[in-house]
Formats: sequence, C-alpha cells, structure tokens
Amino acid sequence: MRVTKNPDKRKLPTVVAVVKWSKENLFSSTLNTIASLTIIFLILKGLGPLFKWLFVDSVWEGTATTCRSSSGACLVFLKEKFVFILFGFYPRELLWRPIVSLILFIGMLWWSKEPRRWSKRLLWRWVKLLALIALLLKGGLLGFESVDTQKIGGLPLTLILAFFGMIFSYPLGIILALARSGNLFILRNLAICYIELVRGVPMISLLFMASVLFPLFAPEGLVLPKLLRAQVAIIIFMSAYMAEVVRAGLSSIPKGQYEAADALGFSYWQKMRLVILPQALKAVIPPTVNTAIGMFKDTSLVVIIALSDLLMTTKTSLKEPKWLGFSTEAYLFVACIYFIFCFSMSCYSRRLEKEFSSRRKG
Amino acid sequence: MITISEMNKWYGDFHVLKDINLEVGEGEKIVICGPSGSGKSTLIRCLNRLEVHQNGLIAIGGIELDDNTKNLQRVRRDVGMVFQDFNLFPHLTILENLTLAPQWVKGEPKAVSEEQAMKILKRVAIADQAYKFPSLLSGGQQQRVAIARALCMNPKVMLFDEPTSALDPEMVKEVLEVMVSLAEEGMTMLCVTHEMGFAKQVADRIVFMDEGRIVEEAGPEEFFSNPKSERSKEFLAQILH
Ligand SMILES: Nc1ncnc2c1ncn2[C@@H]1O[C@H](COP(=O)(O)OP(=O)(O)OP(=O)(O)O)[C@@H](O)[C@H]1O
Ligand SMILES: [Mg+2]
Repeated sequence: MRVTKNPDKRKLPTVVAVVKWSKENLFSSTLNTIASLTIIFLILKGLGPLFKWLFVDSVWEGTATTCRSSSGACLVFLKEKFVFILFGFYPRELLWRPIVSLILFIGMLWWSKEPRRWSKRLLWRWVKLLALIALLLKGGLLGFESVDTQKIGGLPLTLILAFFGMIFSYPLGIILALARSGNLFILRNLAICYIELVRGVPMISLLFMASVLFPLFAPEGLVLPKLLRAQVAIIIFMSAYMAEVVRAGLSSIPKGQYEAADALGFSYWQKMRLVILPQALKAVIPPTVNTAIGMFKDTSLVVIIALSDLLMTTKTSLKEPKWLGFSTEAYLFVACIYFIFCFSMSCYSRRLEKEFSSRRKG
Repeated sequence: MITISEMNKWYGDFHVLKDINLEVGEGEKIVICGPSGSGKSTLIRCLNRLEVHQNGLIAIGGIELDDNTKNLQRVRRDVGMVFQDFNLFPHLTILENLTLAPQWVKGEPKAVSEEQAMKILKRVAIADQAYKFPSLLSGGQQQRVAIARALCMNPKVMLFDEPTSALDPEMVKEVLEVMVSLAEEGMTMLCVTHEMGFAKQVADRIVFMDEGRIVEEAGPEEFFSNPKSERSKEFLAQILH
C-alpha cells in the first residue's frame, strides 16, 4: 500500500545518523550545547573512577589479603560468596533444586509476557509449575529430600515473597476497591477501615506482628512456618495499596459507562467484569506497577523477622571476619539484581500500556 | 405497554417530577420536549430505573419497577436506551460492543449473536466498521452503533435521550434516518428531542414538559398548529423562530 516513504525515516549510514541525531538532540541551540557538554563531562568524570575501580584495578584471583592490598574492587569476594548471596543457607548438595526452580520460573514469566498467550490454559500451566517449584524447594514428597522452609533464602525467597504478594494482593485489592466504591454500607465501611488501618502502619510493624503476635493468639497447635506468616503480612499490606490504585482507576471511568451497562441489563458483577474493570485496570497500569516495584523492594524488610532474603544473605556474608569491609562490592551486586527485576517490570508495564492503547486505536 | 401513574421524584429537596401520568401503547411513538431543566431526561431515565422514583407507579410490559432486582433485570432486557453521548464501550470493537449483552445477559451463543449483530450493523449501514474500535468512528457513526447495540437485545421499547444533540449538524440526518426507519417498523419509542421535523414526521403524540410537570399532551398536528398552554406557545416560538 505505502508508496512513498517518510524521508525522515530513510536508513542513513550509522555515522551520519549519529551525527544527525546529535545535532538535532544535543546541540540544537547554544544553551542545549552547553548543557549537553557539561553533563557529558560530569558523567565521564564520575564514571571514569568507577570504571577503573571495577575493571582496571579489580582483583579477580587470590584471597582477601590480596584484595586488601589493592585499591580496586574485590571480585574474589563476590566469586566466593556468589552462591550464598543468591541461595542462602539452602543445603549445598541440593542446590540444583532452587537453580532449576529459578530457571523454570523466569522462563515461564518470559513465556507469559505476551498478552495473546493469556488464557485459562496458561493459568493452569502456572498452577502446575508453581506446584512443581514448591516440590523442588521444599521437598518431602516423591523421594525429594525435605528441606526446612527456614533454609530457603536469597533470591528464591525474595521472588517467592514478591510474586505471591503480587498475585494475591491484586485480586484482593480489586475486591477491596469494589467494596469501597460500592453502595453496600457495611462492606464499604469495612473496606475503608481495612485500607486506612493497614496504610496507617509501616510494613515492618505488620511483619513484626505476624512473627511475634500471631503465635501468641493463634489456636493451640497451629504453627505456621515463618515464611508463610511473612507472606500473609506482605499480602495484607500490599492489598491495601493495590485497593487504592484500583479505586483511582474505577473513579476515572465516566458515569455513562456504568449507565450504558445497566441499561443493557448486565448484573453488577457482569458490569464490573466486562465493562468497568477492563477499562479501569488498564488505566492504572503505571501506578499498579509502581506499587509492585515498591513491594518487590519492601520484601527486604523480612530481615526483621530473621528470614534470609537476598539482602539478608548479602549482609550475612559481610559479617564473616575475613570479608569485613567489602560492603561496596556486595551492595553493588545486590543492587544490580534488584535493578534487573525492577527495571524489567517497569519496561514491561510500558510495553503493556502501549500495546493496549495501540489496540484501541486499531 | 408503559404505564406511569401519579409518579413523583425528588433530588433531595428538589421536586423534579410532579404527578406524572402517561400511558404508552404498543407501537406508539412519543416525543418528549420542553425547556432545559424541565425534567425530560429524568423522566426517561426513570423508565429503566437509572433514576429511582419515590412514589407513584411505573410499569413496563406489566412489570412494576421497584426494588426487586429480578424484575428490573427483566425490564432492562426489553428496554433499549440511547444516550446523548453514545457511551459505547471503548475497550471493545464495534462487533463486541453489539454482542456483549446478548451473550452475557441472554446467554446467546457467540455465532448466533454475531450473525444478528452483523445484520443489524448492515441495517444502520456501518457493517464495514465492525472490527474497528469506537474511537475511530465519527459521532454519527458512533450513535448509530449505540442504536444498533440496543437493538441487538431485541427490545420492545426504545428510549432516546437527545440522541442528536452531541452531533455535528451534518451527522444529525443519518441518525434521524435510522430512527425514522425504526419507527416505521413499529417499534415503541419514547424520544426526548429538539428535532421538531422528526417529531412531526413520526410522533403519535407529543408530550410537553415544564418545571417537572407534563403540561400538554397532543398529536403533532394539534401541538404545532394550535398549542393550548402559554408555555408551549412560548417554547414553540423560541424553537421555530
Ligand atoms: N443528580 C441530580 N441531582 C440533583 N439535581 C439534578 C440531578 N440531575 C438533574 N437534576 C436537576 O433536575 C432538573 C431536571 O433535570 P433533567 O436533566 O431531567 O432536565 P432536562 O429536561 O433533561 O434538561 P436538558 O434539556 O438540559 O437536558 C434540573 O434542574 C437539574 O438541575
Ligand atoms: Mg436532558
């Protein structure tokens, strides 16, 4: 169909393209040129030493003593503690189990990212996969040696807490938001109480309550693993925030949409499920992901109840007398891991948003 | 078909509808007109209970409108409504807009509802837009889709609340044409509109409202040539110049 091409879109040789792009974006005016040059200078000045520290002066081979005599990054430390930081106290001889779980989990996430693959069948696959992962991590069945949940740590723990936190708090948040914006007096006020109470306390105190208070009040004989209690606390906390995000989405939908759905004879649940929520949830993808990212990082607060998540395993490795003082390397390393996950979420949300809005425009 | 008797409605302390009495027989076409704020929209929205009346009786097809949600659901299936600003579902294609209610409210199989939807889209002359999203259509096309969406439920009554007021003048005609053809097929219609040409052409009766009351109820001939009340005379003078 297209006969002529946009002349701006023609493919230029790379060098010419770079020069053209720089002229248009970096040096379009005197002020822009000054700003660009200053910032490039500052970046180079800042990155230079970092580059030197990380790649030129760094120590790859040797021991802690070798590290101490050098001014560069101590990558020996990371080499030695890498496994511990990622997997915590998980029995070394069974390490393949969390590794396989991690690969399966991330692979499945990657596979599920295309909206066209979303279906009931995919949901079932997820259920099966999660059951398999639970079996791998915990064991105790089918000849898999049992591992104490306390021993699950590092990245798998962080991912478990964040993932289940998100998949449970999202629907819970939706239900809370519907209750809060509905017109059933009791439900509405219950939802308001819940949301305001939970939002009014820091997550640390919820975690603390889950680990200390819960056993005091729980019925005799009911002992939930610490992991599960922390998970519940995280879900409780996150659902209150999700509820507020979803409520903002609900109130962004014009009244006419509700009325059109009512006039066609939909029941309340049909109206919400088919007409209102699909629009409302799409409208709040960015704040939803924002909340999810915040929650991903907040899972690190479980250190307070002595679960060894990614951040905790890092701190523990630093406590070893031999390795005292190499915190920069350690924290930079975990920061990278956190960043990879959070940044992926953020990119993905932008992609989803674009996809949905382009679909609507045909 | 529709019976309204001694119906009153308040918004807080504000008495919007006062002692409304109206009978509409099957196949009758009623045009409701009157100055802004006289309660026309409120009246028509009471008929499918988008607004709740406080006393008096409204019955449609023998079913009284009250707090019983089962009854309400039954009435709403049979009463189609077209709004001033279309209110199409923007996240669905035109075809999905049309088939959503038949599939979920009536439980029609997908194929059946789609076939019926395409038939109705042909009737309102936008079958070629079936797979587009509403935001790509012109106002006139959107309003025709909105009419088609209501027709897909095979309603016995159609309510229109100023269906052409939000349209550019050149699109008013295409929507009115659809409404005229609907009227010719014998649909029971209640229509709030300022299109007096349309009123003359299809209305069996014109209901004139002012300050929440039905002031005058007459055939179009009589209403336009010989209005009885002072208010309708003033109104007609204003609207017809
Ligand atoms: N939700 C509401 N709460 C309070 N007052 C309302 C509400 N909706 C409408 N009103 C008032 O009720 C009166 C009748 O409103 P209605 O929309 O029925 O008028 P209308 O005849 O349709 O006017 P228009 O030609 O401008 O559409 C108006 O005075 C309006 O201000
Ligand atoms: Mg009105």
